[in-house]
Amino acid sequence: MLPGMGDDTCAITLKVNGSTLRLQVAPWTTLLDLLRERLGLTGSKKGCDHGQCGACTVLVDGVRINSCLSLAVMRDGASVTTIEGLAEGDALHPLQQAFIENDAFQCGYCTPGQICSAVGLLAEGHARSDDQIRELMSGNLCRCGAYPNIVAAIGQAMRPRRDA
Amino acid sequence: MNRFGYTRASDVGEAVHAAANGDAAQFIAGGTNLVDLMKERIAAPSRLIDITRLPLRAVKSLPDGGLEIGALVSNSEVASHPEVVSRYPLLSQAILAGASPQLRNMASTGGNLLQRTRCYYFYDAALPCNKRAPGSGCPARDGVNRIHAILGASEHCIAVHPSDMCVALAALAATVHVTGPAGARAIEFAEFHRLPGDAPERDTTLQPGELVTAVALPREGFAAHSTYLKVRDRHSYAFALVSVAVGLRMVDGTIGEARLALGGVAHKPWRDPTAEALLRGQKPDDALFAAVGEHLVRDARGCGHNDFKIALVRRAVVRALQQAVAGGPRA
Amino acid sequence: MTTGKTGEPHDRVDGRAKVTGQARYAGEFTAPDLVHGFVVGSAIARGKIVRIDAAEALALPGVLQVYTHENTPRLAWRDRSWRDMVAPGGSPLRPLHDAEIRFSGQPVALVIAESFELAREAAGLVKVDYEAAPHETRLAEVESEAHEPARGKKGYTPPPKPRGRADEALAAAPVRVEATYEHPPLHHNPMEPHATTVIVEADGSLTIHDKTQGVSNSRDYVCKVFGLASDQVRVVTPFVGGGFGSGLRPQYQLFLAVLAARELRRSVRVVLSRQQMFTIGYRPWTRQRVALGAERDGRLCALIHEAVGNTSRFEDYCENVVPWSGVLYECPNTRLEYGVAALDLYTPIDARAPGAVTGLWALESAIDELADALDIDPLALRLKNYAEEDQDHRRPFSSKALRDCYREGAARFGWHRRTLAARSMREGALQIGWGMATGIWEAQQAPSQAKALLTVDGRLHVASASGEIGPGTYTIMSQIAAEQLGLPLAAVRFELGDTALPPAMIQGGSATASSVGSAVLAVCRALQHTLLKLAQALPDSPFGGRTLADVEFVDRGLRLRSGVAPAVPLAAIMRHAGLGSIAEQATAIPDLARQSRYTSNAHSAVFVEVAVDEALGTVTVRRVVSAVAGGRILNPKTARSQILGGVVWGIGMALEEHSMLDHGLGRFVNHNLGEYHVPVHADVPAIDVVFVEERDDVVNPLGVKGLGEIGIVGVAAAIANAVFHATGRRIRELPITLDKLL
Repeated sequence: MLPGMGDDTCAITLKVNGSTLRLQVAPWTTLLDLLRERLGLTGSKKGCDHGQCGACTVLVDGVRINSCLSLAVMRDGASVTTIEGLAEGDALHPLQQAFIENDAFQCGYCTPGQICSAVGLLAEGHARSDDQIRELMSGNLCRCGAYPNIVAAIGQAMRPRRDA
Repeated sequence: MNRFGYTRASDVGEAVHAAANGDAAQFIAGGTNLVDLMKERIAAPSRLIDITRLPLRAVKSLPDGGLEIGALVSNSEVASHPEVVSRYPLLSQAILAGASPQLRNMASTGGNLLQRTRCYYFYDAALPCNKRAPGSGCPARDGVNRIHAILGASEHCIAVHPSDMCVALAALAATVHVTGPAGARAIEFAEFHRLPGDAPERDTTLQPGELVTAVALPREGFAAHSTYLKVRDRHSYAFALVSVAVGLRMVDGTIGEARLALGGVAHKPWRDPTAEALLRGQKPDDALFAAVGEHLVRDARGCGHNDFKIALVRRAVVRALQQAVAGGPRA
Repeated sequence: MTTGKTGEPHDRVDGRAKVTGQARYAGEFTAPDLVHGFVVGSAIARGKIVRIDAAEALALPGVLQVYTHENTPRLAWRDRSWRDMVAPGGSPLRPLHDAEIRFSGQPVALVIAESFELAREAAGLVKVDYEAAPHETRLAEVESEAHEPARGKKGYTPPPKPRGRADEALAAAPVRVEATYEHPPLHHNPMEPHATTVIVEADGSLTIHDKTQGVSNSRDYVCKVFGLASDQVRVVTPFVGGGFGSGLRPQYQLFLAVLAARELRRSVRVVLSRQQMFTIGYRPWTRQRVALGAERDGRLCALIHEAVGNTSRFEDYCENVVPWSGVLYECPNTRLEYGVAALDLYTPIDARAPGAVTGLWALESAIDELADALDIDPLALRLKNYAEEDQDHRRPFSSKALRDCYREGAARFGWHRRTLAARSMREGALQIGWGMATGIWEAQQAPSQAKALLTVDGRLHVASASGEIGPGTYTIMSQIAAEQLGLPLAAVRFELGDTALPPAMIQGGSATASSVGSAVLAVCRALQHTLLKLAQALPDSPFGGRTLADVEFVDRGLRLRSGVAPAVPLAAIMRHAGLGSIAEQATAIPDLARQSRYTSNAHSAVFVEVAVDEALGTVTVRRVVSAVAGGRILNPKTARSQILGGVVWGIGMALEEHSMLDHGLGRFVNHNLGEYHVPVHADVPAIDVVFVEERDDVVNPLGVKGLGEIGIVGVAAAIANAVFHATGRRIRELPITLDKLL
C-alpha cells in the first residue's frame, strides 16, 4: 500500500484543465462527482451515472472516457480536460465553434459530453466518413435528436478550414 | 455504493496478497462494470485493489507464433493493435462491435472477461435474483426475458454473458493466464466461463483471489476468413441479441478448419465443437450452413419473449458463415 | 453586426453558454449549506408499507434524516391544493403521505445526507416491509373497463359527436380495412434527470431551481402544498436539459426537496437517478382500432377510430388521440371514441405531441393499408380525400398548406419513382421500402406577459417567465425584439425561467413561440409607441402626426418609411426626453373571438426509406424527408433542429423504444438507458427538412404555428408503412423490433 492511502480518504494529485490540484478524496467518489460537486465544474453532465449515455465524457490524458464510471482516486496523477478547459480564453475550440454554427444541440445537456467525445474522436483518427463519425459517436446520446447537426459539426471540424 | 477501502497495488504479487487478506476484496481496473454494479449495490466489496499500475500492459508475440495480450491492455488498444488487426481481425471486429469508444478506452482485457450479465433482474436490487442473491428466485423465467438465454440455462438462471470480445476469444480458442494465492495457471477459454447450473452466482471458474494477468491467442487467427456478426436492437451501443464469431481456414475451396462461437444466447460464449466438425472438410454452401445452424440450436429452449433467438441463431449462423467464406463482413 | 431579423437563420444566443459548460441546470446550483437527498422507491406495485426501518441508514455519520410517511408533517388537506396547473382530474400523488403503495417505484423514503454518495449509500440501507395487494398492469385486462376521463385536464377535448352513420357505411363500403394498433408505454428520458435544488435564503424564503417546463407551475404547487405565500417562493430555471412533456407537471423530487429544506432549514438538492426516471410519467400504453370504408375510387365513406389509453388508479390522464381523424380527411360518416383504463402504474404525462403521435400512428397506418387494398398510391389516396374544411366543427382552416407539404416532400424524396407493390424494391440482399404519412398538430396560443427595458446605451432587456427546454426560446425571442426595435441581436438580452418575471404559459404544446412571442411583440410595440411619442416632441420632428404604421425602427433608430432621411437614433430621442431608460410591460391574449371561427393546425408530410435485412429482421432508416407547414418560420436554423428532433423521436418510437413491464411484479424492468433504447448516432440518417410557405394571420400576431410537436407526428406510421412496402408485412404493434420481422 502506498503511503497516505487510508481507508477514508486518499491524497491525490490531479491536473484539471491545466491546473494542478492536490485533493483528499474518498475512494467511492467518481471523477464525475468530484468535478461537479467538489470542483464546481458542472459542465460535465450526469445523464445516467452508468456509462450508458456519454453525457459525462471527459478527456483523461487526452483519451475520452466516461467520468461517471471512473473512481477519482484511481486517476491520481492524471491530466483531466473537461468542457470548461477546451476554449483558450475567449477563443472557442474549433469543435465548440462548429457546434454553434451547425446548431448541433438544443437543450444543451448532452453537449459537453458530445464535444469532449468529438475531441477524443478526432485525436483517435479513425473516423473518415459520416458513417464512421456516427458509429464512433454512438456512445453519446442526444435526446433532442441533434444527431445530424452534430455529425455535420464534427465533419466541419475535421476538414481543414479554408481560411486557415 | 458502499464505503470501502482502497489499495493500490504495484505488482502482481502484492495485488494477489492484498486480495487474499480481505474477505470481500475485489480487483478493479477499468471499472466500467464494477463501478456500475457498486452504484446499484449489486457489488459491495469491502476493499478495492487497484491493479491499473501493474505491469500488464504489453502485447507480445509468443514463441509458438501466438500473441499474448496483457490483462490491462484496453479494449481500444487491442482492437487497433496492428498485430491484432492483421492477424486476428475477428477479435478486433468483436471488440469494436461492443460498448462505446469511451467504454472501450477504459475497459481492460481482463475486465472484459469478467463482465457480469445485463439481465434486468440482476441489475435491480429490489427484485429477487439467484445470481445476485442465491436462493431468492429467478423472476426472468416468467418475466421479461427477451434478452435471455436459449442454450445451457438452468432453472435457477437464464442470464446471458454480455461480452462481444469473449465470443471472438472463444472462437479463437484463447487461453487465460491467471495468478492466485496458489500460484499461476492457464485456463482454456472454453473452461473459463461456466454455465449457471445450481450456482448462477459464479460466472467463471476463477478461484477466490485469482487475478487475470493475460490472454494468449494461438497462432491461427483465421485472418483471411473470419467475421463477427452482431445482431442487436439498435445499430450501435447495444448488447447482442445474438452474435456469431466465425473463423475458417479454407484449403482449395474446402473448409479445412472451422471455429464458431455464439454470443447472447447462453451464460457463456457458446462454442460447440460438434457444429464445427460438421463444417470441416466440406465445400461451403448454404445448405451446409443451414444444417450447422440447425445443429447449434438442437437443444435450444426459449422462455417466451426470447423464442425468436432460436430462429435468429439459425439465420445469423448462415449469414456469418457466408461472410467468413467471402473473407469478412465488408467483403 | 448581426441584425436581429426574424425569418433568417441565427446561431443560438445561448450557444456559447451551452458549448462551454456554463449553462447551469436545476441540479447544478449550490449553496454553502447544501445537503443531498436520495429517494427510496417501493419494490411492489400495490399494497401497504407495514414497517420502515431507517435505523441503519440514520446511524451512518453524515446522514441527517430519513423522511417517510411516518415522520412527514401533514400538509395541504384538499386534493385541489396538490393539483398543479395541468393536472388531470383525480387525486394527485402525495409523496410520503401514507402507507399506501399505488405503483412500483413510488417514493417511500427520502434520505438526506451531507454528500450525494452518503445519501445514496444510506438509501440502500433503508428496509421496507410491504403487504402486497393484487395489482394489474396489463392493458388488455382492463380495456373493457375503459371510461370517459374525469374532467379537469387542460387542453383535453372529448371526441366530437359522430357524423353520419359510420358503422352502416362501413358495412356497405365496397372496400374495407380494419385493424388494431398498439404501442407500449414510453418514457421521455430527457438527458437531464429530474432535479430540484432548494436554496434557503437568509430571510427564510426559498429559491428553487427545478427541472420544469413552467416555473410558475412549480411555484404555485409549492405554495399550495406547503401553505406558503407566493413571495416566499421563487423558482429560477434558466436552462432545462430536455423536457418533452416530462417537466409539465411538478415531479416528486420537487416536493421532497422542499419538504426536507423546510424541515431541516437547510438547502437541499434531490436528483432522480436514471432508474427513477422510469417512476414518473410516460406516454400511455394505447390500443386503437381503426376501420376505414372506401369507394373503389378511393373516396372514404366511413371512418371509425376508437382508442383506449392507460391511466393510473388515482388520476385520469387523457389526451386528444382521435379528434385528428375527423379533421384530416374528408369523410361523411365518422365515429370517434376514446376512453381511459386504470392500471397500477403512475399517471402518464404528456409526451411530445401527446395524443396526435398516438392517433396518427394508427390512422396513417390504416390509410396505408387502405391504399394497399385499393392498389392506389398512398399519397394519391390522401390527396383524393384531402379535407378543405373542418367537418367536425364546420369551419374553415385559418391556413392549411398540407398540399404543398405533400408536393414538395414528394419531389424532394423522389416519391414518383416508387413502385406500387410491396416487396417490389430490392437492393442486393436488402428489401427497400418507401413509406409516407401525414402529421398534424394544433396551433395554439395562451395568454402570456413580457416586460422590456430599453436603456439609452442602446441595450434592450426583455423578460418573461417562459422556459428554454431546447427549442431556441432565448434566440427567437431576442430576434423578435431586435427586429421590432431595429437593434442588432447582440444588443438584446432575453431573460426567462424566473417566477420574478411576468408570467408566461407553461412551455408545452408547441405554443411558446406563439404565446410568449406575441407577448414580446406586444411589449416591443408598447416601446415603439412610447418612442414615437417622444420622437414627436423632438425639435422640428419629422414624426408629427405620424402613427406607427408610418415609421420603421432600423439601425438603432427611428425613421419615416416614406422618407429618405437617415434614422433618428433611439438614444437621441431618449436623451432629448431626459430618459435613461424606458420600461414597458404587456400582455398578449389570444383573439378568441376571431380564432374560434377557424381551425388552426400545423401539418407535415413525412417520407421515409427503409432497408430491411430480411434474414435478420433488422430495419435501417436510410433517409427521411419531412415537409412542414408550420406558419411563419422565425429562425430556419433552430426550426429545422426542432423537426430533426421530432423525426429522431419518431425513429425511436417506431423501431426501438419500449418501457417493458413485468406484469408479475408490476414494474418497468428495463429502467436504464442501456436497455431502454433511444436512437443513437448510428440509427439516424441524413434528414431533409422542408418548410413550405404558409401565411396565417389568424393564429397569432406573428403567424407562427409552433414546431416542437409536428416533427414527430406521423413518423412512426411512415416507417411502419415503409417496412410494409419493403417486406409485405404489416406490423401493428410498436416498436418494430427484429423479432417481429423474422
